[in-house]
Amino acid sequence: MELALALLKAFVVGGLICVIGQLLIDYTHLTNGKILVIFLVAGAILQAFGLYEYLIKFAGAGASVPISGFGYALVKGAVESVKEMGPIGAFVGGLKATAIGISTAIVFGYAVALIFKPRTKEM
Amino acid sequence: MKSQQKDYAQISKSNYKSYVFETSPKSSHWKNMIWAFLIGGLICVVGQLLIALFIKLGLDKEMSSTLASSVLVALAAITTGIGIYDRLGRFAGAGSTIPITGFSNAIVAPAIEFRSEGLIYGIGAKMFTVAGPVIVNGVSVAVIIALLTALFGG
Repeated sequence: MELALALLKAFVVGGLICVIGQLLIDYTHLTNGKILVIFLVAGAILQAFGLYEYLIKFAGAGASVPISGFGYALVKGAVESVKEMGPIGAFVGGLKATAIGISTAIVFGYAVALIFKPRTKEM
Repeated sequence: MKSQQKDYAQISKSNYKSYVFETSPKSSHWKNMIWAFLIGGLICVVGQLLIALFIKLGLDKEMSSTLASSVLVALAAITTGIGIYDRLGRFAGAGSTIPITGFSNAIVAPAIEFRSEGLIYGIGAKMFTVAGPVIVNGVSVAVIIALLTALFGG
């Protein structure tokens, strides 16, 4: 029952974040790259004030899976290591907290690109 | 149609944007939003299931969340390779770009496309056409925010 509620929250919040992205795409015609950067920076800035944390606690993966959760993780990691090791920590914690995700993307990306041939885009 | 073309008989810098806007096919905003909601929500549900699994395996909440995202990244890389993810993206729109799986797709898709240009300047460089700007901006903003919180005591 607890799991069902967690799944429902993740579905609704994650879905709504994507709807905001869809509205941006439809009404501003921004490219995907720009949308990703906007959401990432938005998550980072919200976490600068400690706000994204609340969304994570409420929605779990609904907030951590969208790219804004990546911005949140960068800021949270950087701020935490500032507390541990002083100002130099600002240059450490962000990438440390997100290292698993980035490394996975690079290694799997490399492997997949070596295995699969480009396909002609069917319309 | 004819009159429309006449309006844009001379395409210049100033009217190009509105020309593209008016002539590109319109898709229903409502339909786009519903698909984005459903697919984006479902990807997050898979993430939540993975978190629950990792917690059950004895990992703490934060590590479970990080690992769940990484598994999604790996899954997206593979489904991009098979060609499923891009097919999903055609109707899911932001529902497939905003989740971390979209980030993974943005790394893998150009890597596959440019592999004929070699391992170094093909795959190695093109992987970061979208991921590069994301990481550069993300890390820069995070460092600045962390330094500011250090200055003002957070």
